[in-house]
Amino acid sequence: MENFEFAYWIVLLPFLSFALVGLAGSKLPKQFAGLLATTAIAISTVLSIVVAYNYFFTMFSMADYKPVIASEITWLHFTDSLSIKLGVLLDPISVMMLLVISIVSLMVFIYSLGYMKEEEGFNRYFSFLSLFSFSMLGLVVATNLFQMYMFWELVGVSSYLLIGFYYQKPEAVAASKKAFIVTRFADLGFLIGILILSYYSGTFDFILLTDPEGFASLHGITSTFLGFSALTWALILIFIGGAGKSAMFPLHIWLPDAMEGPTPVSALIHAATMVVAGVYLVARLFPLYSFGSPNSLEVVAFIGAFTTLFAAVIACTQADIKRILAFSTMSQIGYMMLALGVSGYAADGLGFTASLFHLFTHAFFKALLFLGAGAIIHAVHTNTIFEMGGLRKYQPITHITFLIACLAISGIPPFAGFFSKDEILSAAFASHPIYFGIALLVAGLTAFYMFRLYFIVFWGKEKVYDHPPHEAPVVMLIPMIVLAIGSVVAGFVPFGNFVSSNSQPFYTHLEWPVAIASVVVASIGIFTAWRFYKKESPLPEKTATSMGGLYTSAKGKFYIDELYLLITRNIIFQYVSRPIAWFDRNVIDATMNFISTLTNWISEEIKEFQSGQLQRYAFIFFAGVLILMLTFLYAQS
Amino acid sequence: MIEQVPIQHVLIVTTLMFFIGIYGFLTRKNLITMLISVEIMLNAVNLNFVFFDFYLFPGKLEGHFFSLFVIAIAAAEAAVAIAIFINLYRNIRSINVEEVDKMKY
Repeated sequence: MENFEFAYWIVLLPFLSFALVGLAGSKLPKQFAGLLATTAIAISTVLSIVVAYNYFFTMFSMADYKPVIASEITWLHFTDSLSIKLGVLLDPISVMMLLVISIVSLMVFIYSLGYMKEEEGFNRYFSFLSLFSFSMLGLVVATNLFQMYMFWELVGVSSYLLIGFYYQKPEAVAASKKAFIVTRFADLGFLIGILILSYYSGTFDFILLTDPEGFASLHGITSTFLGFSALTWALILIFIGGAGKSAMFPLHIWLPDAMEGPTPVSALIHAATMVVAGVYLVARLFPLYSFGSPNSLEVVAFIGAFTTLFAAVIACTQADIKRILAFSTMSQIGYMMLALGVSGYAADGLGFTASLFHLFTHAFFKALLFLGAGAIIHAVHTNTIFEMGGLRKYQPITHITFLIACLAISGIPPFAGFFSKDEILSAAFASHPIYFGIALLVAGLTAFYMFRLYFIVFWGKEKVYDHPPHEAPVVMLIPMIVLAIGSVVAGFVPFGNFVSSNSQPFYTHLEWPVAIASVVVASIGIFTAWRFYKKESPLPEKTATSMGGLYTSAKGKFYIDELYLLITRNIIFQYVSRPIAWFDRNVIDATMNFISTLTNWISEEIKEFQSGQLQRYAFIFFAGVLILMLTFLYAQS
Repeated sequence: MIEQVPIQHVLIVTTLMFFIGIYGFLTRKNLITMLISVEIMLNAVNLNFVFFDFYLFPGKLEGHFFSLFVIAIAAAEAAVAIAIFINLYRNIRSINVEEVDKMKY
């Protein structure tokens, strides 16, 4: 038996650097703070790799992975049956996530050393980033639902802090509030789901909850609500929490605005790690979803399919480079959700493996895309793609890595995205033709919008820049190159051997018809983008006009934000908040005001009594004594 | 053996003294005369102590001792009061009780 005692240091190290850098504040020299945080996360990364190697190769050697609790403490002890534990759970998916998160974090930390060099609040940035890494790592190794919930909120807080990093900018503040409120709202569903689930199952523990035999007791739940069992409701509510964090429709509205944060933050939090927490959550409870309630799994598939198409269509029309990537992220996460939703258990578990495989590869190329976008923004000081053009001459390395990432996300072999996307498509193909159609269409759209971005930014006509765009410094290029290598080779990992729904090796193979179809569709997308955007051409304009309403509404993000505003402002504020405010002002406050006014009036009236005249007091005193005496005498007789 | 004074007479004297004291305390404006009025009240009480001891518990001395205590305390009280009056006079150049009304609402 390998010893995993040290695994908790993976989580603890970023926390220590957060505390140190955060408490020392600006007293710490900039370079030192950055290097300290980066070193801490680097050690975490090394430890994660050691853990992964031991777990996958030494301990179980390619067969039948068992969950291991590396360390656990009882944090809150209420009664013997109710106590909350904190610990480190290692099983294939958590080890895989540890690997992804620590590697991407490390890359982003290194990149930030260059990207944030000139910024005010450099130390604050690194302490928040460390806090995020700590919470995200703590989230994936959670041994129970409650620990996961706590770290879930912590990642929400660090996301809030980092989106609002430029707190002098009103848009950034609004975006951070929006992200926090929307995800908090979703987390309410998560919390209620946890409470229902643990009420019926009597445990928070993941190992007990997801043991296929262990939750037999849950089948006995007979209580139903609106025609669904309590378990289905619990799982749907938990999924709502996941959907909020993963920006699934209709809780996606915060993600595009979250791009107000610094670009490395978008790469780490809003592309590679935090937003896939929802996928991880569903994957973590997958046996429950699969056996306990196929209905809730259908909801997952449906929401995933809808979001992936919805976001891909919007991404085709946006002009802000980071927003395009944000919608692309939503679309790819929708893919993962779709794959999870159509998956079965054990032998039918293709979708499960595919989903997490896509999570794994997506982390590399999406982080790379964001880091590339950061390098571009760093050079030209604008987010609008139409103000960029011809950058391939100025930024050759960024250009090459960005191209690799675009090819990877479009699913062109042999880049990473091809393999994972192929598995997702196969899984969708096996379940329902509509899902397959959507997935295939989205594959084409993805290729189109990514290459639209690519051609406009790197080819296109050169624009007038304030100063000639320069290539990013080496410290920013190294992480990009590393991630580019990852985007190339990650697809060759025999992923099914390690991660599958029942922890047994799951052998995948390329479905040739599906693979060919997806490559053809992607090529059509790339070709269209090439025709439209390689040179200035009237084609995009014409197509946009012929699309008419569809184009305009996609450009306006289908007016979901406006709809939310309408609902909140015109309905909730108008008919709920206003009456409540009226009641508060006119009933509760008024009662209090009346009491104070009354007291004030009475005291005004009687204060003359205290005149300061000694003899008047004495007279009253003696008169009182006399009256009392007479009263007692009279009462006696 | 002289004839004993009847207790009613004694009580009439002490009651008169006490109410003279109260009257003085409530009507005099000079703080020192007010203090003198207080002393009269105290002495009325002292007489009461002594006479009741004499009539009710002959041969015992508790009442006498008590009146000695009252005298001692009255002396201390007079010292404090006069110290206050002197300070008062230094501050407001008056010992008229009607002008001493700073401590009000």
